[in-house]
Amino acid sequence: MSLIINHVSHIYSENTAMAVPALKDINLQIKDGEFIGLIGHTGSGKSTLIQHLNGLLKPTSGEIYYNGKDINDEEYDRKGLRGKVGLVFQYPEHQLFETDVFKDVCFGPKNLGLSKKETELRAYEALKQVGIEDEYFYQSPFDLSGGQKRRVAIAGVLAMKPEVLILDEPTAGLDPKGRDEILDLIAKLHRENGITVILVSHSMEDVAKYAKRLIVMNRGEVMFDNAPMEVFKHYSELEKVGLAAPQVIYIMNRLLEKGLNVNTQVSTLEEAKTEILKALR
Amino acid sequence: MGIVKTDKLTFEYIRRDEEGNVEGITRAVDEVSLDIKQGDFIAILGHNGSGKSTLAKHMNAILYPTEGTIWVDGKDTTEEEHLWDIRQTAGMVFQNPDNQIIGQVVEEDVGFGPENMGVPTKEIWERVEESLKAVGMYEFRKMSPNKLSGGQKQRVSIAGVIAMHPKCIVLDEPTAMLDPNGRKEVIRAVRALNDVEKITVILITHYMEEVIYADKVYVMDKGRIEMQGTPREIFSKVERLKALRLDVPQVTLLAHELKKNGMDIPDGILTADELASAILGQNGLL
Repeated sequence: MSLIINHVSHIYSENTAMAVPALKDINLQIKDGEFIGLIGHTGSGKSTLIQHLNGLLKPTSGEIYYNGKDINDEEYDRKGLRGKVGLVFQYPEHQLFETDVFKDVCFGPKNLGLSKKETELRAYEALKQVGIEDEYFYQSPFDLSGGQKRRVAIAGVLAMKPEVLILDEPTAGLDPKGRDEILDLIAKLHRENGITVILVSHSMEDVAKYAKRLIVMNRGEVMFDNAPMEVFKHYSELEKVGLAAPQVIYIMNRLLEKGLNVNTQVSTLEEAKTEILKALR
Repeated sequence: MGIVKTDKLTFEYIRRDEEGNVEGITRAVDEVSLDIKQGDFIAILGHNGSGKSTLAKHMNAILYPTEGTIWVDGKDTTEEEHLWDIRQTAGMVFQNPDNQIIGQVVEEDVGFGPENMGVPTKEIWERVEESLKAVGMYEFRKMSPNKLSGGQKQRVSIAGVIAMHPKCIVLDEPTAMLDPNGRKEVIRAVRALNDVEKITVILITHYMEEVIYADKVYVMDKGRIEMQGTPREIFSKVERLKALRLDVPQVTLLAHELKKNGMDIPDGILTADELASAILGQNGLL
């Protein structure tokens, strides 16, 4: 059970003067239960890539297999796929539209053709999972705070019971506390429901804290695909493509340069703290 | 009196239900008094809903105080004859780059402001050129704004404001929708305006890293100014900021954690270099 991306290329406006190659021969395998951070600057191809994973875009060449089946086969059930591979877009709260919170979350499962009872049960569970209290169920989604709206939008995808959850910049525009709440929620869904998570982010700090595997895209190609710690070793190359390692990496390297014998193989603040204290002991 | 001064500025708006009945009153800004010096780089921090954007909108007379007073360059914003002067004195840049560009070509967009002010054509072109150079976008002057990245669009928006020769520029989360590169570009441009052109900058953000260059930081919560001081003073209060739904830069947080573990490290460390020196200094390695 997994997602396999096999030699996938994508060219926008193919066969026109404006043709732009957005993905170039991407090969990846994403296993069940992984927590992946997908990083790249604007225009690196990461959004194009994730839209391939639930069939919103078709590759110009190459195949995408979900659980062993080519999702772009004529007879493949792509509608069902969109329930299994849930995609939360950037600023998902802009897509809320129903008159109350509960109806909005029901929209996805209802469209999957589920019974009213099952739909409502799933909507209820999803809202509970994202921490929206009953008192908000029959309020207009537009009366909620930014962070709440975003959680309702995520609940709308969760109500379809996805096996893979892809989130495109889920924390954009939120304050630091709101950002931590959303990321902790995603980590909880991963841990408790075993959902495979692909987190698209600009923030190395966030990704380092949660993801076990980091995929870095640049100019439509996979530049790095490794554990965060391994990727951050290449911090000067990351800078060249408009990214940066977390601040702690710079501190550790500065300390090493200046003669403190410290292990620079860290990716989070906790690890950095432990290593510095160890080196000074 | 500074370039922007407020005295117990309060702004309330009335909440209504779907039928238009009054549900209650929300106090978005609550008795804020501040005095911003000409030429300063000011940062305003605060979580979503803390009132910082509402406050900012008073600075170029988009909103008027319910109670209290705000003066921009000595002029009370509620006096209508000052409206155009105020808009010209304090220019505003908003969050979403796509909502504030109107021209078909970059240089036309930047010329829009001065043209509306009745600046002679020749001078408009001079202003467009100098503004685009100030934000490093001169080479893109003939391009369509559609072809630019988010960070480039924001820099064009900033150029559009500085072409009106404001004394003060208010930026309301100008980097919230940008990637790290775009954020860097915009912050660099903003700092240059302050350093070189001596324009007063009021930057509203919740990226802590953008605040470390400010002369003074205000932290808002529930419509009030909860904290104020230099970045170093503000960031030395890690727990307090966290209680206000904010954060500190990762370097500052690491310094704070090490200190809690018994290391002798000063409060309010802002850069990787400072922290490295503090750690090494403690161990006689410097």
